[in-house]
Amino acid sequence: MKYMNKSIEELHNLLKEGKVTSRELIDESLKLSHELQEKCNAFVTILDDVKEEKVTDNLLSGIPCGLKDNYSTKGILSTGSSNTLKDYVPFFDATAVTKLKQAGAVFVNKTAMDEFGMGGTGTTAHTGIIRNPWDTSRMCAGSSSGSAATVAAGVYPYATGSDTGDSIRKPAAYCGIVGYKPTYGMISRYGLFPFASSLDHLGVLTRNVKDAAIVVDNMKGIDKNDMTSWDSSNINLAESLTGDVKNKKICYIKEICDINNYSNPSDELKKHLENFMKTIEKAKELGIQVEEESVDQTLLNASAAVYVVISCAEATSNMSNLTGIVFGPRGEGDNYIDMMKDHRTKGFSPLIKRRFVIGSYVLQSQNQERYFRNAQRVRRLLVDKWKELFKKYDAVILPVGTGPAKKLDGSKDILTKETQVLEEHLQIGNYGGFPSITIPNGFIDNLPVGVNITGNCYDDSNVLNIAYALESVMPYKNQIAGGEDNE
Amino acid sequence: MSNYKAKIGLEMHCEISETNTKVFSSAANTYSSIPNSNIRPLDMGFPGTLPVVNKEAVRMALMTSIVLNCTQPKYMYFERKNYYYPDMPKNYQITQETKPIPVGIYGKVSFDCNGEEKTIRVNNIHLEEDAASLDHLYDTSTIDYNRAGVPLLELVTEPDFNNAEEAVAFLEHMRSVYQYLGISEADSKKGQIRCDVNISIMDENLDDSDLSNYGTKVEIKNVNSFGGVRDAINYEIKRQTKLKETNEYDSMPQQTRRWDEESGTTIYMRSKVDAIDYKYFVDPNIPKFKISDEWLKEIKESIPMLAYDRKKKYINEFNLSEYDSNILVKEKSISDYFEKAVELGCDIKQAANWVNGMILSYLNYNEVSIEDFFMTPEMLKELIELIESKTISSKQGKDVFYKCIEDKKTPKQVVKDEGMMQITDENAIMDIVKEVISENESQAKTYDPQNPKALDYFIGQVMKKTRGKANPMVASKLMKEELEKIVGE
Repeated sequence: MKYMNKSIEELHNLLKEGKVTSRELIDESLKLSHELQEKCNAFVTILDDVKEEKVTDNLLSGIPCGLKDNYSTKGILSTGSSNTLKDYVPFFDATAVTKLKQAGAVFVNKTAMDEFGMGGTGTTAHTGIIRNPWDTSRMCAGSSSGSAATVAAGVYPYATGSDTGDSIRKPAAYCGIVGYKPTYGMISRYGLFPFASSLDHLGVLTRNVKDAAIVVDNMKGIDKNDMTSWDSSNINLAESLTGDVKNKKICYIKEICDINNYSNPSDELKKHLENFMKTIEKAKELGIQVEEESVDQTLLNASAAVYVVISCAEATSNMSNLTGIVFGPRGEGDNYIDMMKDHRTKGFSPLIKRRFVIGSYVLQSQNQERYFRNAQRVRRLLVDKWKELFKKYDAVILPVGTGPAKKLDGSKDILTKETQVLEEHLQIGNYGGFPSITIPNGFIDNLPVGVNITGNCYDDSNVLNIAYALESVMPYKNQIAGGEDNE
Repeated sequence: MSNYKAKIGLEMHCEISETNTKVFSSAANTYSSIPNSNIRPLDMGFPGTLPVVNKEAVRMALMTSIVLNCTQPKYMYFERKNYYYPDMPKNYQITQETKPIPVGIYGKVSFDCNGEEKTIRVNNIHLEEDAASLDHLYDTSTIDYNRAGVPLLELVTEPDFNNAEEAVAFLEHMRSVYQYLGISEADSKKGQIRCDVNISIMDENLDDSDLSNYGTKVEIKNVNSFGGVRDAINYEIKRQTKLKETNEYDSMPQQTRRWDEESGTTIYMRSKVDAIDYKYFVDPNIPKFKISDEWLKEIKESIPMLAYDRKKKYINEFNLSEYDSNILVKEKSISDYFEKAVELGCDIKQAANWVNGMILSYLNYNEVSIEDFFMTPEMLKELIELIESKTISSKQGKDVFYKCIEDKKTPKQVVKDEGMMQITDENAIMDIVKEVISENESQAKTYDPQNPKALDYFIGQVMKKTRGKANPMVASKLMKEELEKIVGE
């Protein structure tokens, strides 16, 4: 009997009925963790000596899960997949971790990621490249690469993630699973290693929408340690999943979804957008009204630059604390400046260093107006545009990326200006702090692809319910990478 | 200096010492002699820690802003000032710049400088976090993070001071303001007040309302005592004057210097060209929050009358001397005590004399604070009235004062228990006067009315017999009349 491919509710019932113990689940999950580590290099730490948790009425109690390695875990190595924190063991838990502990969740591993969440490939972790379990020659996307790989591979029903641009929702698509980031501040950021504070969200990767709702119900809540958190005690996401979506209205954006908008589309892109339109038809069959909307192409085109400017600026400042003096490996040098330089030169990957340079540049007083402040203005324009759409629609539905997971050797995929918006539009969900969920919606060349649903702030229940209904009419719910040979 | 005038601006940093916790962290805001004992993960910049604004610190900052006649913001923002220094593990300081506006902008303050009223303009006041304290030893430096994150108010003035006296008078005025507002002990010995001073000089005959006439600004960092401010200003004016005289002034670059207390000189640190770009931006971890008109109103109403205004009141309305007024307003608690006594109906002059005399010397000698002082304003009133009504003599008043405190009794109780009622009844005193005269007949007969010392002897005898309780005025009057009768016969 294999359990780890099951949903949270199924596992909970089995535990309650005494058909399986928390210990048995943990042992299976640990075994699978080691197997996946060989195959995909998805973990920074596997917690072999983890203790079982008492099974209570909480759905998460006694069930194994994984935590992204940028979550501070008391007494457990938390590296953010960076050499600058390669031996860092926090002495306090992130608020979300505390909440999951209180729910009785069992953490069996810490998942590898793009260093500090910066990157969308899963190739910048200090422990090496993270591979996609559907095809190990391909990437998982990032930065929650390890979390996506492990949930897709059926190591446990869920792993936590963080999302600054698309770091939960894109890996979810590449790995054929569900990735959900709730409204900004619904889950406290306290204890999450920051990347770009105004864009950082915590969230979860699961194999079905209900599991995502259950997990976030257990992670969310106002936190006195995070001023941007808010009281969501009147929201119960799992309970709001009725599947009733009649008369809901959603829209997609012509400039992103219309194949005629691309001058020289690849076969893959054609298939991807065709598949997306099939999903739209499914939505209509459910009784959802779907409209096509148009958004100024110039505004859409500006989004990617806005992301680079704002995220790099905040990251530069946020990561100034990484000096190797108070914590982290001490650098060498005759004075503290040389020691810091040595620590940071050795510790960070080239990608991060490049982003720090950009961040510093756009914040310099002579550049701030032109870059940083303009980026904030365009961010506002994009958010206003989306809010305008949310006045008419319950959600915006869009395809994720330009197709399935890309090759790790980078043989193709040079980002063209034309496909950039399609590749990176999920960032808009971070600009506005919107609740946003990716669910699998098909396969292209035997590789999964995803679709994203994004709604207005605080409207998480509505967004999840639409995703829940849509998921129910497609055959990808609870799918496991590798299919039968994993059974 | 006669050919030049100085333009001096101050940046006064004052730690808020009266909040329970630090400005963005939950660590205690108390002075501790054990290094690194009042710290939370945020103060050490651990990954994932977040700032949480201390509302009480904001309230105190707004209070100061109101007192400085500044404009308060509609929304409160905090910004990051990014730079690397070991006293700040996050490597950015959470502070406020002028855009968006800080807790206060464009105000003015009047203060007393050697008996003259002086008004200067305030550019802004902002709330920020203090950095850790560093100690540089012979070959190592130590860091104490207790101070990291302590709320700090930085007040920036326009260059409206013309000399060291004005600057120091202003600092003293502000120290009193902070103390009166209950914001800070404002003790420079505890490092709670630190200043940066900027100075330029210009030709005496130039119009100082025209900014283009201003000389080159020199900023002096880290002047940590009022005496230091005075000395640094005087030194710097002299130094710059000398540069004028040797025609080197115009080639002097805008620069930052450091006050070196030991040598009593300012030392070059860096030129404006090398100024650090702090890359300010709004801290995304602190959402902007609305400062409601109701809250501002509430804060405004909680502001007590400050020393400067109390002193004016004491001189103009209470007709007290400037000297007495100065002493009375020096500490708010003393001034409050005095005002309470006046409010209760005490004679103002008497109350002032008691507070400035007996009470202050008792408090100082015994190192007692007025809050812990047994004699309440109500009791003081009782004591003054006992003397005014001649129930006791003023000499007895002093005994009653000490006895009250010692026995923890009210003045009336002491007078009663000690049988200290003064004898004012003329008949009773007359009996004693006659008794004394009959016992000293020979001296009485040779009494010389021109020699006052002779009378003193007889009164002394009356006092002796009554153990000091006879009213001396009455005794004196009756004795004089009786003796003159004898001599005149």
